Amino acid sequence: MSDTAIKFENISKQYRLGTIGTGTLSHDLNRWWTINVRGKEDPYLKVGQVNDREAKSTSDYVWALQDIDLEVKQGEVLGIIGNNGAGKSTLLKILSRVTNPSTGRILAHGRIASLLEVGTGFHPELTGRENIYMNGSIMGMSKTEITSKFDEIVEFAGVEKYIDTPVKRYSSGMTVRLGFAIAAHMEPEILVVDEVLAVGDAEFQKRAIGKMQDVSNYQGRTVLFVSHNMGAIEQLCSRAISLDKGKINLSGTTNDVINHYLKNNSIVEGKIIDSLKIHNHQITIESITINQSPNNIIVINPHENRLTVNIKGYLSEGKKMSLEIRFYDQLEHLQMLFSPGHLYENIKFFEKGQFEISETIVLPDSLTKNEFKLTIDVTRPNIEKLFSFRNSVKLICKGIQGYSGLEFPASNCGLLMLR
Amino acid sequence: MSDINKEWDFIIEPKGSMFNLNLKEVWHYKDLLEMYIKRDIVTFYKQTLLGPLWFFIQPFFTTIVFMFVFGGLAGIPTDGIPQPLFYLSGICLWNYFSESLIKTSDTFYTNQAVFGKVYFPRLIVPLSVTISGLLKMLIQLFLFAGVYIYFLSKGASIEINRYAFLFPVLIFILAGLGLGFGIIISSMTTKYRDLKFLVAFAIQLWMYFTPVIYPLSVMEGNYKKYMWLIQANPLTAVLETFKYGFLGRGSFSWFALGYSVIFTFFILLLGTWIFNRVERSFMDVV
Ligand SMILES: Nc1ncnc2c1ncn2[C@@H]1O[C@H](COP(=O)(O)OP(=O)(O)O)[C@@H](O)[C@H]1O
Ligand SMILES: [Mg+2]
Repeated sequence: MSDTAIKFENISKQYRLGTIGTGTLSHDLNRWWTINVRGKEDPYLKVGQVNDREAKSTSDYVWALQDIDLEVKQGEVLGIIGNNGAGKSTLLKILSRVTNPSTGRILAHGRIASLLEVGTGFHPELTGRENIYMNGSIMGMSKTEITSKFDEIVEFAGVEKYIDTPVKRYSSGMTVRLGFAIAAHMEPEILVVDEVLAVGDAEFQKRAIGKMQDVSNYQGRTVLFVSHNMGAIEQLCSRAISLDKGKINLSGTTNDVINHYLKNNSIVEGKIIDSLKIHNHQITIESITINQSPNNIIVINPHENRLTVNIKGYLSEGKKMSLEIRFYDQLEHLQMLFSPGHLYENIKFFEKGQFEISETIVLPDSLTKNEFKLTIDVTRPNIEKLFSFRNSVKLICKGIQGYSGLEFPASNCGLLMLR
Repeated sequence: MSDINKEWDFIIEPKGSMFNLNLKEVWHYKDLLEMYIKRDIVTFYKQTLLGPLWFFIQPFFTTIVFMFVFGGLAGIPTDGIPQPLFYLSGICLWNYFSESLIKTSDTFYTNQAVFGKVYFPRLIVPLSVTISGLLKMLIQLFLFAGVYIYFLSKGASIEINRYAFLFPVLIFILAGLGLGFGIIISSMTTKYRDLKFLVAFAIQLWMYFTPVIYPLSVMEGNYKKYMWLIQANPLTAVLETFKYGFLGRGSFSWFALGYSVIFTFFILLLGTWIFNRVERSFMDVV
């Protein structure tokens, strides 16, 4: 036997875009009747939508992955990075057999356990306990095996108190913790983890990464890990690939791939709101501004040191919410954190309906000349992420100046000039 | 090809065999199948106020209503079989078939959240419905047995005979047709969700083309012109054979039973083919 754990051969995946029908027979019949018999317009076209069948037919299909050739060695931890829509999740879904490749094939050894999305394969009506058994046997374990791992799983996920509660009552953070704990303790030969860990709190992410390290180092198992957190990739992965528009554009040591990716992925000018990712369906976001501007490039001049973040939206259920803003440097290292929810005790409760979060950050007035990438999360501190704007804002700090207008770049002076 | 299979535990390819139900794989997941069956049964009686008693209440009251409406008001004869036995047997068998079909017919739709995130042989889900329904029917047949013994002790002219040994064949036909039609329709409901209502309606009508509330002999006597329709119905032989074997009345023909068995195999084959196709593409279109 070779020591190759997984072999992707010429894998491509094509998706068909647009709805093929309206989803119900009565609508389709009605549409057919209106268009073909009465000669009227399509009654199910949305207002303002153009009926451009010709234009559509050329772009009806999209290649989510193209000609992926990749070998992963046993015991290797492979990091996968790439922009949104690059095809990372599709690759993991094909490997997990949730969807089929359009061409090519994958050869693999052993059992695969995967955590693709929040709540991976849970039955909402069943309790945590029942779901552990259900999920375990889906991953190919026998009942006795699951029973022997049960306590460890519950402890790792920290859900002791809720183990007999239906999982539909779990927060998204708890659901992810449980999903990860099951997948990681099932001793699969191959562990596949998509971005979901980002939903858990920082403490859990750290433990999860530790667990994945154990799994690969001490048990010789193979891990495929997708993340936007370059720190985590750097810490965990021995090798990485970067995907771009469905193709592997670089494969090599983790550092090389990360540096290459970061160099080619500075934030392009746009609106902050376009980087919105919602983790909780009871929330809709209407607007976000920083210093009254919806744009994602913000300049802080010398002597200015305030950042006012304002988020408006709608809640379908009252919630405690708090803002967490992370400042990353060019190399994606975390430099500063703003999190009033962690610093002070009282976290504000927002009633059901229209809400507005507004916080003003006072930056130290001795910051050096620097450029930051901001990730803005709204969370229930230590419980779950509700929504986030990831890598959403480029903050250009002109920085403190010397008596003659001398500038102090961060690359020479560090984060702050001390007094 | 064969040495590749030996070296690798599994191979993921665009298309697999179309007529393969992959029962070996299903067997590998038997613990999961068992959990699904348990869940089906437990959630069924957890949802009702009366718990497991509900298994009996449903056929019991339906029988009483049938006795009143069809036996009493409409005056449809029952081949000399005591009315409760006649209706009860029909109801238990028919309900098993129709519930299997209706419940499996939206497999993909109700399970899309789970199917989208983890892999296991999808057939487990409709299979578990068919098996849990079977258990339910067997439980309900205890009620039938009780009523049977009661009428026997009262000296009713019913007698069990060797055709009762065909019972496993009848179960196969009921289960096979329920599962087969169910997975065919489940594959169509991925495209049209409202088909489910049409199906529920069609099943209601279907019952009247099956000798559930009337014996075949009545049909033959009064509506000879439409007999072909009833005979084309693969369920007719199941109900008639059951009544013939356990109650000693009605009609039995090897030809009719053979037709039903062949029909069942055909539907299962067709269902497998469609199910395999949809299983592979469904998650991309929801
Ligand atoms: N079910 C689907 N139907 C149509 N297009 C899809 C579907 N799933 C993903 N895509 C498309 O495939 C591409 C890759 O998506 P994905 O693998 O989710 O990217 P990533 O995880 O890297 O953000 C995207 O362009 C996305 O729009
Ligand atoms: Mg993704």
